[in-house]
Amino acid sequence: MIQILQSIPTILMIVAPILITAIGGMICERSGVVNIALEGLMGLGGCATAAAQTLLETSGMSNNLSVALALLIGAAVGCLFSIIHAVAAINLNADQTISGTGINLLATGVTIFASQILFNADRTKEFRLGMHTDALGVYPSVYIAAIVVILSWFILYKLPFGMHLRACGEHPAAAESVGINVRKIRYIAVLTSGLLGGLAGGCVVLTQTIQYTSATINGRGFIALAAVSFGRWTPLGVTGASLLFGTAQAFTVIATNFPSLKSIPTEVFNIFPYLITLIALVLFSGKNYAPASDGKPYVKGAS
Amino acid sequence: MADVNEQKAPKVGLGKKLLESDGFVSLLVVLLGFLVGTILVALVGRKPANMYKAIWQALTGYNMDNGKMNVRYVFETINYSVPYILCGLSMGFAERVGLFNIGGEGQYIMGMTIAQVFALLGPQIPVLHWVLCIVLAILVGAIWGGVVGVMKAKYEVSEVVSTIMLNYIALYLSRIICFQLPGATTYKTANFPKTALLSNGFFERMTNGSLLNNGWFFMIASVILFWFIMEKTRLGYGMRATGFNKDAARSSGIPVVKSIAVAMAISGAFAGLAGGIVALGSFKYGRIISGMDNYGFDGIAVALVGNCTGGGTLVAGYLFGLLKNAQALMQSKQIPKEITYIIQGLIVVFIALRTGLKLLEERIEKKRLAKEVTTK
Amino acid sequence: MAGQYAIEMQGITKTFPGIIANDNVTLNVKEGEILALLGENGAGKSTLMSILFGAYSADSGTIKIHGNEEHIKNPNVATDLGIGMVHQHFKLVQNYTVTENIVLGMEPTRHGMLDLPSAEKKVAKLSALYGLRVDPKALIEDITVGMQQRVEILKVLYRDANIIIFDEPTAVLTPQEIDELMEIIRRLKKEGKTIVLITHKLKEIKAVGDRCTVLRRGKVVGTVDVADVSEQDLAEMMVGRAVKFELDKAPCHLGKVMLSVKDVQINDALGNPKVHDLSFDVHEGEILGIAGVDGNGQSELLYGLTGLLPVQSGAIMLDGKDITHQEIRQRIEAGMGHIPEDRQKHGLISEFSISENCAVKNYYLPPLSSKHGILDFSLMRKNADRLIKEFDIRCGEGAATTAGSLSGGNQQKVIVAREISLSPKVLLVAQPTRGLDVGAIEYIRRRILDERDKGRAILLVSFELDEIMNLCDRIATISKGTIVGTYKSGEVTEREIGLMMAGSKKEGA
Repeated sequence: MIQILQSIPTILMIVAPILITAIGGMICERSGVVNIALEGLMGLGGCATAAAQTLLETSGMSNNLSVALALLIGAAVGCLFSIIHAVAAINLNADQTISGTGINLLATGVTIFASQILFNADRTKEFRLGMHTDALGVYPSVYIAAIVVILSWFILYKLPFGMHLRACGEHPAAAESVGINVRKIRYIAVLTSGLLGGLAGGCVVLTQTIQYTSATINGRGFIALAAVSFGRWTPLGVTGASLLFGTAQAFTVIATNFPSLKSIPTEVFNIFPYLITLIALVLFSGKNYAPASDGKPYVKGAS
Repeated sequence: MADVNEQKAPKVGLGKKLLESDGFVSLLVVLLGFLVGTILVALVGRKPANMYKAIWQALTGYNMDNGKMNVRYVFETINYSVPYILCGLSMGFAERVGLFNIGGEGQYIMGMTIAQVFALLGPQIPVLHWVLCIVLAILVGAIWGGVVGVMKAKYEVSEVVSTIMLNYIALYLSRIICFQLPGATTYKTANFPKTALLSNGFFERMTNGSLLNNGWFFMIASVILFWFIMEKTRLGYGMRATGFNKDAARSSGIPVVKSIAVAMAISGAFAGLAGGIVALGSFKYGRIISGMDNYGFDGIAVALVGNCTGGGTLVAGYLFGLLKNAQALMQSKQIPKEITYIIQGLIVVFIALRTGLKLLEERIEKKRLAKEVTTK
Repeated sequence: MAGQYAIEMQGITKTFPGIIANDNVTLNVKEGEILALLGENGAGKSTLMSILFGAYSADSGTIKIHGNEEHIKNPNVATDLGIGMVHQHFKLVQNYTVTENIVLGMEPTRHGMLDLPSAEKKVAKLSALYGLRVDPKALIEDITVGMQQRVEILKVLYRDANIIIFDEPTAVLTPQEIDELMEIIRRLKKEGKTIVLITHKLKEIKAVGDRCTVLRRGKVVGTVDVADVSEQDLAEMMVGRAVKFELDKAPCHLGKVMLSVKDVQINDALGNPKVHDLSFDVHEGEILGIAGVDGNGQSELLYGLTGLLPVQSGAIMLDGKDITHQEIRQRIEAGMGHIPEDRQKHGLISEFSISENCAVKNYYLPPLSSKHGILDFSLMRKNADRLIKEFDIRCGEGAATTAGSLSGGNQQKVIVAREISLSPKVLLVAQPTRGLDVGAIEYIRRRILDERDKGRAILLVSFELDEIMNLCDRIATISKGTIVGTYKSGEVTEREIGLMMAGSKKEGA
């Protein structure tokens, strides 16, 4: 029992970035745009945050300030690159899956390219200290995730803007016909998902490692994507799904707390989150709950 | 009795014809990708010329810096292009049936893994040994892909996510399996027996020691098979119909579930074959991989540039092989090799914007019609 | 400033790639009148009104509202000017409530947050004022089509519209609901609203229209006072030539029962029973019509017959063979032909050529396919050429033309040609003339009658009551998933069918 309680902060640490990204993905899809570039956006944010933290640290800035600033930079970079997807999906009615994949490929290249230019290596230079935990052993990223979830719920269901956004994902023609600017709202949604993805990538780097490499994100963005559909596109559902997938992923780390699991090779635990996600998708295919116009390019004037 | 929509198509200008040609658009997109890459290299203070010199050397074997010619580079490029082409065929075949198979990576890994296993544990009979290894690689790849197809067709599970999950599962599964192989260290196994290798002595002598091997023949056969199945058989007809309009195909009696599953299996088979060829053609021992080779992901770009056709994929795959071979040369000239990934990513993004071209076309057409009508 | 005209549209021209939708159109609507806008499918009526409503902008021309020139850039501007549109295809968010849909975009708020209770109160008041019955808390996906339309009307009234455009409002209503709608329109006129009624239904124009402007292929043909013209006159203006309303029908020669449906239950994809306790027979040489309002199980019935949806219980027999649980392809091989309701979704593959589309049901059999599965494309092309000639299909490049580039009428001809060429024992026909111009409609109806004369068993599902009454030998009415009455064509009136559509059984039956 104690081991389980001991493991909770670790689980929360791993869940937080997945949850933040998933909420971003949920908002994006609720507005009608599918964003499979979450993986790449997390990578870009993570790389930017890691680089920023290293550079700010060496410049002598205090840890709290440098962490905050580095996170902001990561979020901004994620937001910036998501503009590509927004333009492609919203202005040019491009195939959203292809454009998202393109950004993922681009991210692989840009992140390491930047590292080569900045640090002459295929990874960022290590920083000394990332985020630190509070008295309960919980990282600030967990609180950030909680705030993001609550905010998203409030905006989506309590504000007129949220009602408009959800309408854009269900029936953009209906929204347009009552004067809602579908393009503008979708832009905001895509850029938000980029911002949150970048932020989440930064959280990964600052809580789970000391630098960014090509293996840092390792599929978290796709797990977040699966959490969106498994969680049926609602804040509560997505939170639950992220908890489930994050816990599965945490096993590689918390396994050391349980002596009976120590002898099993780490690879078995590595497979866990991906296997659980796959099984979850097959058993609980939530396609009927997707926003009705999810992923369909909106052509003005169509009925 | 002509109705409003039946007006004859207006005279088509050359510009419009070119925009409609998929091949031209692919070429344009590739050039654009290179242009942006060149600008990026210049922006960070390196010499773009070095990038092109490296590419030229990989293409022709001619080193512009010292005037020496080494034909090995030419054939290394061809050898490198084999897995790109096969993974491109993999993605392309699935795309034709309407699926976005980004699981080429996992299918590749499974093919590679089984080939390594059978190479070390199978009977060391000349020719039969490596043939069996390759056949198994194809089969395992087919299974790894077919599973995705069944999940999609029967349970409507998005192949975009399921393939990614299977990629990572394959990665770790491969490690678990390969660690059990004879002579395993942290990154490699014992050397393969000679009977398991794909190396072709004739090629080695003719190409000044490149790694071009028997796998090349399998690749050519695959390209032909791709084209033949898709364009000439009833199986391909059913697949294309399903890819264009799943509902209409189903209404017409076409067995959609079977078509999707079979297409994914064939798609996986191509990628599995690639894995087997790389394992036994380019390496003398088994690898315990710690990361992905990325051929599967690059196959996406290859297929898109090649328009998901057999011939197009052949050309696009060669281009990527060229870039890969040039990477090491670039790195030695101070150009980070990641520039090739950036160029590939840009190419895919630009291809996605291809529909944007259609919109541009429509806008031009609208203006022309409006002018025509208001000046009557 | 109420002058004589509420709306003056002068010289409106609008083009899309490939077509001129509106060609120098002038339309004037007097204050407080009901103007009918008449034209065939594709004549340009919807485009013109979309310009008025701000969904499109015209390439050239001016618009004056109540005497002032206006630039209607988007629906917000139109709404501010008091123009409201009740759309043909409802623009309602399915999983929002009636209230949420009505106030969407103009939600009442308290401290910045949504205030739905006060919205509900407003909706209730409005509904009472105009006599438009709705349930403010119901979800759109749960209410009837008639109520959905009232929600669309309330949307418009909530925004204080005084000019209301109705776009083909009666396509989805029962005859009784149509009468109710006409009443609502008359009441709105009494309240001082100006109404534009877009329609191709001549009866309705005669029922409520004051004046009527006729469009043909993007141009105005003329404007008439409705009282001065007959339905025949209007039809001729719309089409440009004399129109035959009735088709010459040979007497019916009934053969044996070809299709037998007994006590069938079919559930939709979510598990709700959409068809239950449904039975009917179709004989060789007859056309059995299924009359009913959209949404009463017709689609599910057709899906169950063709195999697209599983049948929960009951039996379907084709020529004596039980096909209830057979695969789609087996049913086609057993002799089932299908002209589907949605040609783009189920009928054709737009990226395929005509030749490939014609082969889609038998490409896998000899002679089109060899024993080993290799296709004979030149034979495919020859077959298609034959059909193109026989059915007079207009196509730019013959059999190689992509299906997507054909006009609606020619696309339907390809489907009809393909199905007929396979000589099915039973032909299922759904909405065969939807969205087609009069010429194509006449042709398709003629071919259906020809097949019936050849002895085929034909099941016709249509929402157009006159189509049913015109073509069918027997008529069965479907309501809420079951057959409410089956009668020979002469034995029942349109009024009685309308009542059955709404669920009541025929008097004295």
